[in-house]
Amino acid sequence: MPKRTDIQRILLIGSGPIIIGQACEFDYSGTQACRVLKEEGFFVILANSNPATIMTDPSFADRTYIEPLDAAILEAIIARERPDALLPTVGGQTALNLAMELSQSGILEKYGVEMIGANAIAIETAENREQFKAAMEEIGLAVPKSGFAYNLDEAMLVAESIGFPIIIRPSYILGGAGTGIAHDATQLRKLAVEGLAASPIGEILVECSIAGWKEYELEVIRDKADNCVIICSIENVDPMGVHTGDSITVAPAQTLSDVEYQKMRDAAFACIRRIGVDTGGSNVQFAINPANGDMVVIEMNPRVSRSSALASKATGFPIAKIAARLAVGYTLDEIPNDITKTTLASFEPVIDYVVTKVPRWAFEKLPGSSGVLGTRMQSVGEVMAIGRTFPESLQKALRSLELGRYGLNADPAEENYAFLSTEELLARTAIATPDRLFLVGEVLRRGVSIEEVYAANWIDPWFLDQMLLIIEQRHELERVVGPSEMSKAQWRRAKRLGFSDAQLAYIWRCSESEVRSIRTGMGVTAVFKTVDTCAAEFDSSTPYHYSTYEDSTEVVPSDNRKVVILGSGPNRIGQGIEFDYCCVHASYALRAAGFDTIMINCNPETVSTDYDTSDRLYFEPLTYEDVMNVIEAEKPEFVIVSLGGQTPLKLAGILPAELIAGTSPASIDAAEDRELWNQLCIELGIEQPPGGTAVEVPAALAIAERVGYPVLIRPSYVLGGRAMQIIHDAAGLTKAMADLATDGSLGKEGGLSAERPVLIDRFLDDATEVDVDAIRDAVGEVVIGGIMEHVEQAGVHSGDSACAIPPQTLSPQIIAELELHTRAIAKKLDVRGLINVQYAVKDGAVYVLEANPRASRTVPFVAKATGVPLAMVASRVMTGSTLAELRDEGLLSAPVTGGHVSVKEAVLPFSRFPEVDPVLGPEMRSTGEVMGIDRTFGLAFAKSQLAASNRLPSSGKVFVSLADRDKAGAVSAVRAFARNGLEIVATAGTARFLEERNVAVAQVLRKISEDGDEETALDLIRRSEIKLVVNTPRGSSASTDGAEIRRACTVNKIPVMTTVASAIAAASGIDEWSSQPFEVKSLQEYLGL
Amino acid sequence: MTAPTPSLLVLADGSSYEGEAVGYLPYSGISTGEVVFNTVLSGYQEVITDPSYAGQIITFTYPHIGNYGTTADDDEALQPYCRGVIMREMARRHSNWRADGDLQAFMENWNVAAISGIDTRRLTRHLRESGAMNGAFGTVSYDELLAAAKAEKGTNGVDLVEFVTTRQPFTIGDGPLRVVAYDFGIKRSIVAYLASITDATVTVVPGFTSANDVRAYDPHGLFLSNGPGDPDVYGYATQEIKQLLGEVPVFGICLGHQLMAAALGGSTFKLPFGHHGGNHPVRHVPTGRVEITSQNHNFAVVPDSVPRADVTHVNLNDGVIEGLSCLDIPAFSVQHHPEAAPGPHESQYLFEEFRQLMLKFHGDASLSPTAKAGV
Ligand SMILES: Nc1ncnc2c1ncn2[C@@H]1O[C@H](COP(=O)(O)OP(=O)(O)O)[C@@H](O)[C@H]1O
Ligand SMILES: Nc1ncnc2c1ncn2[C@@H]1O[C@H](COP(=O)(O)OP(=O)(O)O)[C@@H](O)[C@H]1O
Ligand SMILES: [Mg+2]
Ligand SMILES: [Mg+2]
Repeated sequence: MPKRTDIQRILLIGSGPIIIGQACEFDYSGTQACRVLKEEGFFVILANSNPATIMTDPSFADRTYIEPLDAAILEAIIARERPDALLPTVGGQTALNLAMELSQSGILEKYGVEMIGANAIAIETAENREQFKAAMEEIGLAVPKSGFAYNLDEAMLVAESIGFPIIIRPSYILGGAGTGIAHDATQLRKLAVEGLAASPIGEILVECSIAGWKEYELEVIRDKADNCVIICSIENVDPMGVHTGDSITVAPAQTLSDVEYQKMRDAAFACIRRIGVDTGGSNVQFAINPANGDMVVIEMNPRVSRSSALASKATGFPIAKIAARLAVGYTLDEIPNDITKTTLASFEPVIDYVVTKVPRWAFEKLPGSSGVLGTRMQSVGEVMAIGRTFPESLQKALRSLELGRYGLNADPAEENYAFLSTEELLARTAIATPDRLFLVGEVLRRGVSIEEVYAANWIDPWFLDQMLLIIEQRHELERVVGPSEMSKAQWRRAKRLGFSDAQLAYIWRCSESEVRSIRTGMGVTAVFKTVDTCAAEFDSSTPYHYSTYEDSTEVVPSDNRKVVILGSGPNRIGQGIEFDYCCVHASYALRAAGFDTIMINCNPETVSTDYDTSDRLYFEPLTYEDVMNVIEAEKPEFVIVSLGGQTPLKLAGILPAELIAGTSPASIDAAEDRELWNQLCIELGIEQPPGGTAVEVPAALAIAERVGYPVLIRPSYVLGGRAMQIIHDAAGLTKAMADLATDGSLGKEGGLSAERPVLIDRFLDDATEVDVDAIRDAVGEVVIGGIMEHVEQAGVHSGDSACAIPPQTLSPQIIAELELHTRAIAKKLDVRGLINVQYAVKDGAVYVLEANPRASRTVPFVAKATGVPLAMVASRVMTGSTLAELRDEGLLSAPVTGGHVSVKEAVLPFSRFPEVDPVLGPEMRSTGEVMGIDRTFGLAFAKSQLAASNRLPSSGKVFVSLADRDKAGAVSAVRAFARNGLEIVATAGTARFLEERNVAVAQVLRKISEDGDEETALDLIRRSEIKLVVNTPRGSSASTDGAEIRRACTVNKIPVMTTVASAIAAASGIDEWSSQPFEVKSLQEYLGL
Repeated sequence: MTAPTPSLLVLADGSSYEGEAVGYLPYSGISTGEVVFNTVLSGYQEVITDPSYAGQIITFTYPHIGNYGTTADDDEALQPYCRGVIMREMARRHSNWRADGDLQAFMENWNVAAISGIDTRRLTRHLRESGAMNGAFGTVSYDELLAAAKAEKGTNGVDLVEFVTTRQPFTIGDGPLRVVAYDFGIKRSIVAYLASITDATVTVVPGFTSANDVRAYDPHGLFLSNGPGDPDVYGYATQEIKQLLGEVPVFGICLGHQLMAAALGGSTFKLPFGHHGGNHPVRHVPTGRVEITSQNHNFAVVPDSVPRADVTHVNLNDGVIEGLSCLDIPAFSVQHHPEAAPGPHESQYLFEEFRQLMLKFHGDASLSPTAKAGV
């Protein structure tokens, strides 16, 4: 049954912005699907609102629509492109839900679009928890006892009949949004309300909790001939009750006998067949009672998922690629196994190593969040590590996290536990938190028995014993005096258990380089094995490797010119998919230029860790030791450290300097080092906000006195405005300094020292912030890639503010000045490659805030807005080409300007953290971004809001409540709202101010903190009468009212503007949108491709 | 932690691998056999107790072995017949509700020697390139091990059935169909499926039972079991099978498949490193469906050597014949293991096909289970 010939044009829906629960794994799956479908000769139409993705690179589809993922917009795209088929299964829950909407509203039928991969009935049966349960019971599979509820009373009734503890699971949700475990009626009441709100259809499942059971996942693939295979089994180290996305997971399953495994496999097949997923991948989750083996089905995701990305990386079997081929008619036995080439895709991968995934969270950026893990996913990223054994892969994964941990223990961070009693520690391991595994390690180190640990947290004793092996080895290493006393067998044993040189150096109180040189002197060095889907049964040429400590290596270095590209590690707030985009683009460009590209990264969600992105992939932690191992094995000509964000940049200074491609480590340092940077700005005559650096409180106070409050303080060498604060007085400054110096939110990354001082600057009020991306080559030519004017004023982190290309309010003189400064800085720093400079423009004066001689977050956005492939050009420049040469080659073209405006908007994670105030500030908190493109700024901004799930209203009420200093500025915006038929409601002060200026206020609302029985904004928000909120914070202290309102907005999904600037932008969006409809247009058309 | 006892694996070509002694420690300090590898991720106990591994040392490519312990339920024979086990990591502690003991104790109990800590991937790649090879491992010197590896006879031309077959016939099940099963090293789960799915009273007889003795049981069907080694050695069995073919419906698995082919005049050859694992795709030719199968064999039927039979199953990895069905007589066989154990279940339908074949051949309604229930 070969490829279908009755369809030619296929529409693919991406997953939109990176949010918690839906990260770059869908860029990976979507990119694979696009490539395959194009290869197969289909006309591919892609819709995705996320400009940072690789899939939205115009070369991956025939038509790329960077448009909001909204049913009306999709209909417009369908009407324009007339696709024959829609593939909804590679764009996560977003694509699936949207496809369902298009199907149910009859749009697909109207335009004759067929859903391929999974049909509407299958999706409905899998996603609707009630139908799913019924279906499972029908085929004889057990499910936990439960009942459905559509309101609070029903929920209580069901709970009483089942008994507590109870878990609430809303239908049609993502990443466990709105789920939770209730131990009593009070908890149930709270959770049921949240759950009902989280479900788009207002349905929740009230279910018997089986927290503590073992949790498993199977990745299944089915083709249209009904052949089914399991790609991978995954076992969660954290038992049921912690979302799989927040669990440490291991592949393959470790503690299942074959009898149990086969039973689960049969059940997974029965499940996919019953649900009726015709072709493609699905993920089925199971729980097993550790006491008697009882097995229940938890859920099935009828699509490519986060776990399938993990399974693909864990086995080398490209699930999304195969799923795309199956969707267009192939069967598994018609598709070759990519890796062996000689065998077929119709088989089940086997592996001869262990894969461990560890999530990474961002609680430190979300003050107010509990930091406790549960059934709703909260992690923002993850790492994966491969080792020959579980202890080895676990320790590699833990050091990949970049939390300053060297492994399970034996690092400075473990000293944090020194003051805690063993009882206290053991009690803490009962609660799932990001630190739990380290705590488990610590109690085992103190001699607590596996039985006691198991009783506290139900982590399977096998895992605990494997951790104990690490602990015992550590005790043994402590008995050795130092590295020179180690026998070869001892070295080997330690390294095989995953101990890093850094851990060993910590144990022996010597330097890492000493450990490394003595160890390699003993002949104990890393070897590289291959991920080949078949445990070496067949010959394979897969270029996908991992390190271990065994006899033989499988890597044969080539004689080609080689470049190592260091990836960006786990996604986190401040460092996400944008950097993966840059690394991947560099790899493409350098491969095309004849280099062998070698990627090192540890993030399983990414395109960079796809084995065919680069000539060779090393799935390794991005630490000095692990990177050096690869460098020694490959002997590259260049190492690229400036495209993966802060992670690889941190290594710039310690890797062999002669290998660093592009801008020298010294220049990178000059931009980061405050003294050098100030000197440089003075020499160039570029103004900076006045400021200084300090390690101690008195010096900090002196600086603040000199420059005047408010001041902005931040540690050096961080990304995403980590721990950055605006401080209004001396007391605040003293406290902030203390926080930074000790175990504050930054403690994990290293405290303060002369090398890592705090930067203290005068905070510029009401300044316009501008980002400039540029590239400079070895002969000194500078190309300005893009100038982005921010919507929000300086003080809102550049990563969290909306911005526009081209700039909307800057005068030509200012733009000329910005370009001039950028060129001067690039020259002075002798940049070879990318540089990003941030400016603040205040009252016609330009101040430079910072310069980063590396790829910035905005590179992909600029590329999409202007058509200039900045990352590709930069990678070539870094490896010796000049801009002139690249222009001749056709790689570098002039930016496409005019005719369209592009707006980037940040997407924030607050809906996951209803307890956190969603106000913006200098610390970055967005997880992703969207882009709106249209003829005018207003339309593009409105599109960007729609894409970010903040649809601007065309009717209903707007609630306005402003800080005094913002009142005057916002009047024009409020007037525009009123002009467009929106009703204005306001708090008393704001209402008076508006009415004095002839803006009609329909209703004056009581402040929450005031007494009385008039309605407050909260009442109207809860009744969904208010469609938009403009609420600017009133300084740090009296913000409780505002915070509560803003939090209510997140819970009720109401757009909230927290700055005057964004209110004005919203007003212009509403204004223009009311008079002219959105137009959809592909990137290829905008860029004239 | 007590310091592990170093142990060494030496192959007949002189290559060596360092590890630690685990499992049973033989008095001689040496274990020898033909070294093969198996790629299953779970099911080590079933593999170790599979009599088809007689004469062989099993290398597990999956690094962690012993994680879920052992249970008498998973034994495929009364005792293991393999010559030893090579692995990367022996679990110190097991965890599973089904377990009644751990693998270390199991091996000690059954005198199965093992070596752990081995770079099994290097070994597997070597075997893949050089073919299955004789080897020796243990706690003695390299030279002694090399000599032992070279002296090892291996499995070519050696009668291994002799060691593993039952001495006395025995009967399992009470179904209406009478099946005689030749035991060349039969797995417990095959007998169990014959009794349950095929719904038969199964009489397991020694591999050297004559055709006449088989006839004496008046069977509705004859089953030819799996077993170790080189099919060419078992001419004595082939002779008897030849006589019985056509008289009663025949179903063969693995070695039984090879012997049926031989009895039909076909020939067999040795694969470079065999098929040992639980993930081999096999196409069922009549339907085109793909079955993921459990496999354990070193020999295979030569293509086109059995003109009297259709090829019903083909291995998609290398085209090896996986199933035959006679054109003129009621007999069929498969190279893979429909009983799995360990492995996937999708080939179980073959036991039902055997039942149908017998019912059709005997045309006797009284043999169907409903009739049985009525008695
Ligand atoms: N009955 C239950 N008892 C305890 N925990 C549960 C139960 N059902 C689900 N969970 C936990 O909740 C998590 C999320 O549930 P799931 O249905 O998989 O939601 P999602 O669709 O978000 O993945 C699971 O990974 C599991 O750990
Ligand atoms: N002196 C200043 N006055 C006002 N806002 C500032 C000032 N310095 C920085 N900011 C704001 O803080 C944000 C983060 O600062 P930045 O130096 O870019 O940190 P990061 O390196 O983490 O991106 C900027 O985007 C800008 O909005
Ligand atoms: Mg789930
Ligand atoms: Mg789900």
